[in-house]
Amino acid sequence: MITDVVTQTCAPILRLEGVSKTFNGQNGAVEALQPVSLDVRAGEFVCLLGPSGCGKSTLLSLIAGLEKPTTGNVFANGKAVTGPGVDRVLMFQDGALFPWLNVRANVEFGLRQTGMPRRERAGATQRWIDAVHLTGFERSFVHELSGGMRQRVAIARALAINPDILLMDEPFGALDAMTRDLMHRELESIWESNHKTVMFVTHNVREAVALGDRVVVFAARPGRIVAEFHIDLPRPRSLEDHALVDQARQITAVLREAGAESLHSAVRSGAPA
Amino acid sequence: METNMQPVTLPGRGWSGLSIGRERWMPWARRAVFFGGLLLAWELVARAGIWPEYLFPAPSRVFAALANGIGKGLYLTAAWVSLQRIAIGYAISLAAGVVLGLLIGRVRALNETLGSLVLGLQALPSVCWLPLAILWMGLSERAIIFVVVMGALFSITLGVEAGVKNTPPQYVKAARVLGARGVALYSEVILPAALPAVLSGLKQGWTFAWRSLMAGELLFYTLSLGNLLQTGRDLNDAAQVMAVMVMIIIVGVTIDQAVFAPLERRVRARWGLNG
Repeated sequence: MITDVVTQTCAPILRLEGVSKTFNGQNGAVEALQPVSLDVRAGEFVCLLGPSGCGKSTLLSLIAGLEKPTTGNVFANGKAVTGPGVDRVLMFQDGALFPWLNVRANVEFGLRQTGMPRRERAGATQRWIDAVHLTGFERSFVHELSGGMRQRVAIARALAINPDILLMDEPFGALDAMTRDLMHRELESIWESNHKTVMFVTHNVREAVALGDRVVVFAARPGRIVAEFHIDLPRPRSLEDHALVDQARQITAVLREAGAESLHSAVRSGAPA
Repeated sequence: METNMQPVTLPGRGWSGLSIGRERWMPWARRAVFFGGLLLAWELVARAGIWPEYLFPAPSRVFAALANGIGKGLYLTAAWVSLQRIAIGYAISLAAGVVLGLLIGRVRALNETLGSLVLGLQALPSVCWLPLAILWMGLSERAIIFVVVMGALFSITLGVEAGVKNTPPQYVKAARVLGARGVALYSEVILPAALPAVLSGLKQGWTFAWRSLMAGELLFYTLSLGNLLQTGRDLNDAAQVMAVMVMIIIVGVTIDQAVFAPLERRVRARWGLNG
C-alpha cells in the first residue's frame, strides 16, 4: 500500500517528489530507494520506520543535501535542495562529535561558520548546553562523555544553528533502554518548546509510535514506502500505554508482511509479487 | 554484641615515606645504576690504557672537553648555528609538506601522480641530495638548508596525506551540514582531524632533518655542531668528538621532550587515546 499524502492547505515545509537513489557500487547498480513522494508540514514529527537497507537513511542524506537524488526533486521551504544547508541539519547515529573539540566548541561549531560575533555565540551556546542539561560539562572532551551525553551534545550542536528541519538518523540506537527512554522525554520536551520539524529514522516500532505524529513505514529490497500511519495519541506518551502498544502491533504486522513480500520477490529473482 | 575491629594494614607498603610513588622513582633509580655502572666500566677500561688516550678517552676527559667547550662559548655558538639552519629548513618543509599532503590526500589525480613521485623520492636518504645541492648552489648555506628541507619534506607530506586520507568521512559530512564550506572545511575539520597522524609525520620529519643537517655540516666549513665533529677528527681528539656527540644528543633530546612530547601528550589527552 503506497499512499500519497493529500496536499495540505498551508504549503509543506518539505516536499519530496518522486525522489529515488541508485548507487553504482562494485557489484553493479544498487537501487537503494525507489521513487518516493512525501509532504511534511512545518512542526510535524515524522518517523521513518523500517528494517536496515530500506533506504530511510539514504532519504535523510538526500534531504540533507549530502547526496543528489537519481530522479525526482527535494524542496525545502519552497526552494529546490542542491546541497547541504543550515535549514536542514542531519544528526548521525554515533553523534559524529569532533573529538578534538570540547563540548562548548562542538556546540558552537555551526555558529562559527555563520560568522556570528563572539559574545552572541557564547550566549547561544550556553543556552543550548543548558537546554540539554549538560551545564558544567562545557570543557569536557568527547571521550569523557557517556553515550547519552554525546547524543545530547549532538542535539545541542544541531539546534544551535536554528534549523527549520531536524533530520535524525537512529540517534538513540546505540543507547541502553533506560538512557533511550530518558532521551525520548528530553527530545519531546525540546521539540514541544520550539516545534521544529523533525524527521526521525528508526527501526524500533515502539519508539516510532511514541515519538511521531506520523509514521512512514519502509520496506527493503528495494527500498520503498509501504504504509503510513497517523498517530493521534495525546502527549506525553508512555511506552506501556495500551493504545500505543496496539498501534505498534498494527504497524509491526505491516512491516512483517512487507518483509515477507520482499523475501518472496527476492527468491523469484526480482519478479514482483 | 561485641565486634572486634582491627585496623587493616594494606599490603605493599614498604618503607614509610618512600611507599608513595614507588613506581615513579624506581625506573630512574634503575637508570642511574645502569648508566653509572656503564660510565664506571668505561672509565676503568680507558684508564687501563689498552688504547691510546686520544683515541679512547675516559668519560672524565670527555666531560672536561664538554665543560671546556661550553665554557668558551664555542659549543653554544655552534649549536645555535645548527639550530637556526634546522629551524629554517623545517619551517619550509612544514609549509610545503602540509600543502602537498593535503593536495595528494584530497585530489585523486594528484594522488596518483604526485603521490607516487613522493613515495619514490622518500626512499632516497636525504644526505644523498648533498652532492647535487653543492653542484647547484655551491658550498653555501642554501645547499645545507636544501638538504634539511629534503630530509623533512617527504615525511611530513606522507604524514599529512595519511592523516587526511584516514579522516572518517562522518566528520566532513557533519561539518558540511553545519554550514562549513571551502577553506573552513580544511582548517577547522580535516587538519584537526588528521592531527594525530600528522604529528607522527612531523616527528619523523624532524628526525630525518636533524640527521641530514649533521651529515651536511660535516662537509661544510663554517662553525656548527657537525663542523666541530670534523674539527675534532682533524685534531685527532676523540674527547672533543665525543663531547660534541653528547651536545648533539642533548639538543636532539631537548627538542623532542620540549616540543614534540608535550604536543603528543596534549593531542592524546584531548582525543582520549591514553585510555
